[in-house]
Amino acid sequence: MNAFSPARLMAILRKEWLQMRRDPMTLRLTILLPIIQLVLFGYAINANPRHLPTALVSGDHSIYERDLITALANTRYFDIRNYATQAQADQAMRRGDVMFILDIPAGFGRRIDRGEHPQMLVDADASDPVAIGSATAALSSLTASVLRRDLPPNLQASAPPPAPFEVVLHERYNPEQITALNIVPGLIAVILTLSTLILTSVAITREREVGTLENLLAMPARPVEVALGKIIPYVGLAYVQIIMFLFASIFLFGVPIRGSLLLLLASLGIFITCNLSMGLIFSTLARTQMQAQQMAQFAFLPSMLLSGFLYPFDGMPRWAQVIGQCLPITHALRIVRGILLKGNGFSDIWPDIWPMMLFVLVVGAAAVRLYRRTLD
Amino acid sequence: MKPAAIDVDGLVKRFGTHTVIDGLSLRVDEGEVCGFLGGNGSGKTTTMRMLCGLLLPDDGGGTCLGLDLRNAAAQIRLQTGYMTQQFSFYRDLTVMENLEFVARLYEMPDRRSAIAAVVERMGLGPRTRQLAGELSGGWKQRMALAACVLHRPKLLLLDEPTAGVDARARRQFWDLIHDLAGEGMTVLVSTHYMDEAERCSRVVYLAGGKLVVQGTASEVIAAAHLVTFEAVGPDIERAATRLRREPGIEMAGVFGHALRVAGLDRQKLQEGIARLGDTPLRWQEVEPRLDDVFIHMLNLQKTDE
Ligand SMILES: Nc1ncnc2c1ncn2[C@@H]1O[C@H](COP(=O)(O)OP(=O)(O)OP(=O)(O)O)[C@@H](O)[C@H]1O
Ligand SMILES: [Mg+2]
Repeated sequence: MNAFSPARLMAILRKEWLQMRRDPMTLRLTILLPIIQLVLFGYAINANPRHLPTALVSGDHSIYERDLITALANTRYFDIRNYATQAQADQAMRRGDVMFILDIPAGFGRRIDRGEHPQMLVDADASDPVAIGSATAALSSLTASVLRRDLPPNLQASAPPPAPFEVVLHERYNPEQITALNIVPGLIAVILTLSTLILTSVAITREREVGTLENLLAMPARPVEVALGKIIPYVGLAYVQIIMFLFASIFLFGVPIRGSLLLLLASLGIFITCNLSMGLIFSTLARTQMQAQQMAQFAFLPSMLLSGFLYPFDGMPRWAQVIGQCLPITHALRIVRGILLKGNGFSDIWPDIWPMMLFVLVVGAAAVRLYRRTLD
Repeated sequence: MKPAAIDVDGLVKRFGTHTVIDGLSLRVDEGEVCGFLGGNGSGKTTTMRMLCGLLLPDDGGGTCLGLDLRNAAAQIRLQTGYMTQQFSFYRDLTVMENLEFVARLYEMPDRRSAIAAVVERMGLGPRTRQLAGELSGGWKQRMALAACVLHRPKLLLLDEPTAGVDARARRQFWDLIHDLAGEGMTVLVSTHYMDEAERCSRVVYLAGGKLVVQGTASEVIAAAHLVTFEAVGPDIERAATRLRREPGIEMAGVFGHALRVAGLDRQKLQEGIARLGDTPLRWQEVEPRLDDVFIHMLNLQKTDE
């Protein structure tokens, strides 16, 4: 009997197709998943929140302060509330009652008049960086324009006009910013992990649990044919997801495709293969679908947390970065962001391509070896 | 001597530290219908899995259809039909789709006609469009048998094919098995039903992963040296309960209107009956049946453990 037969692979693929068609709910969910996720995440990201509660702790009651407050209110990002002391304001921020604390030190107005560039301290609750992103940007742009007309003539005339005062922005809890455009492309990598990793590991384990694997292997089907027959439909499905996702993110969120679409699809192919080989390993180790699902989720969590999807990679401790580097999704994220947002070419993404290839080689080989001994 | 379809020697299979098959040697001649008997967990399924290469024996070896178990498993599978104990076809596919899948896997050139022939033979015609998962137990088994013989194997391994099947369907099932054997197929079939064992040309009895006895039904009965008495009369249920406690009486049970007792030692058996005292029961010695012998052997195993 030949080691590999395309006809037998076709037989298995045909069977998988029939089964998929008979379970339209799963099929529909898999295709709709990217859209649903995108809309869910997209809302959180796209909401450009205004009227953020802001504490004002003022030690100065000059004309400048009043103008500053008016200007801030006019941006509609800030809702100013007065707090008597810094301690009260701090407590409010800890409780989440305010997202910013503006601290105008005593003598602020007098020092502006003297041209001393006094500092206004702004504390921002950066634990939700998406929420405060636009507000902090607005804050920075204020410094140059506001107060200009209030200044004494000698300072107004100086050209180029230096900012009359300095805003010292101090972000608490999370020093880095993640922007909306950063998250949306990253989502595709997360969705692909969900669908390919979890679905394949469960799909193969199901044959074992239901007992059909015994029959399948008692017939001339080779393990490699069974595995490929399981995997190929999911690759197809994954590409359908990618296309749906790209369309949705372009039309709903205006995500650009600055690099080559072909390069994107090809490199995501490698990423999909990574997940499939990992799913294959799980399916050989797990005895039940439940176990397979748990293993996949166990792998999925670090993919969310350590890959740089939710939290910036460079902000993580060293050991977490090492784990993150071993996860294919970390590299996939960089590739997707690079190609979509920065227009990266092949030489730019190569440093993230080869680790994924290595992953496929190592994990795939292990999976094929393990798979041979399935019934024993 | 006829050529052997199955000829294995000293098979051993362990799961962890548990030795499940313990030096099993088995020979099944071509064209034979061999009954594979043994209590739950005696190793019937495990043996069949080794015979078609799904499990590798830890020790021993031999041939199936003249092909080596260890390095020609793939060729053996091509010519073998294995019907698993659990229904293992796709429940979300129709009968026809399942059969087509099997035919494609075997890369049969005459797929259409082969399926039509097997559907006709198994009387599956009216069911072909039904989902396999929605078939009743008897039809499921029939479909499974159809799928196993579709590629015209030389050897059939049937693992409890009639479990949960009604009497008439069982009878039909066995008629089919004999038809297939008549065409030259060799059949190894495991069962817990004694009437089925009696329809086998030979039975093999397994206990604790070892072959305990083999031969035709009458040979097996004779080899057990069992003595059996039967009585008819009133209150046989109570008598059975009392007799079960007597030493030397291995089995006492009510079958319809008759009370049957069996044991190895005629003397002890008669003493036990005598201790019942004065009863209106009328006793007579009868021929032991196959089920007496198997219950006896299952009991033996228990005392071993
Ligand atoms: N994959 C396995 N791992 C561990 N133990 C196993 C495995 N398969 C079977 N066994 C054990 O091997 C023994 C023999 O099992 P087997 O299924 O061969 O018995 P059987 O004769 O077919 O029983 P039954 O009549 O109940 O079907 C049992 O004790 C069972 O628990
Ligand atoms: Mg069994």
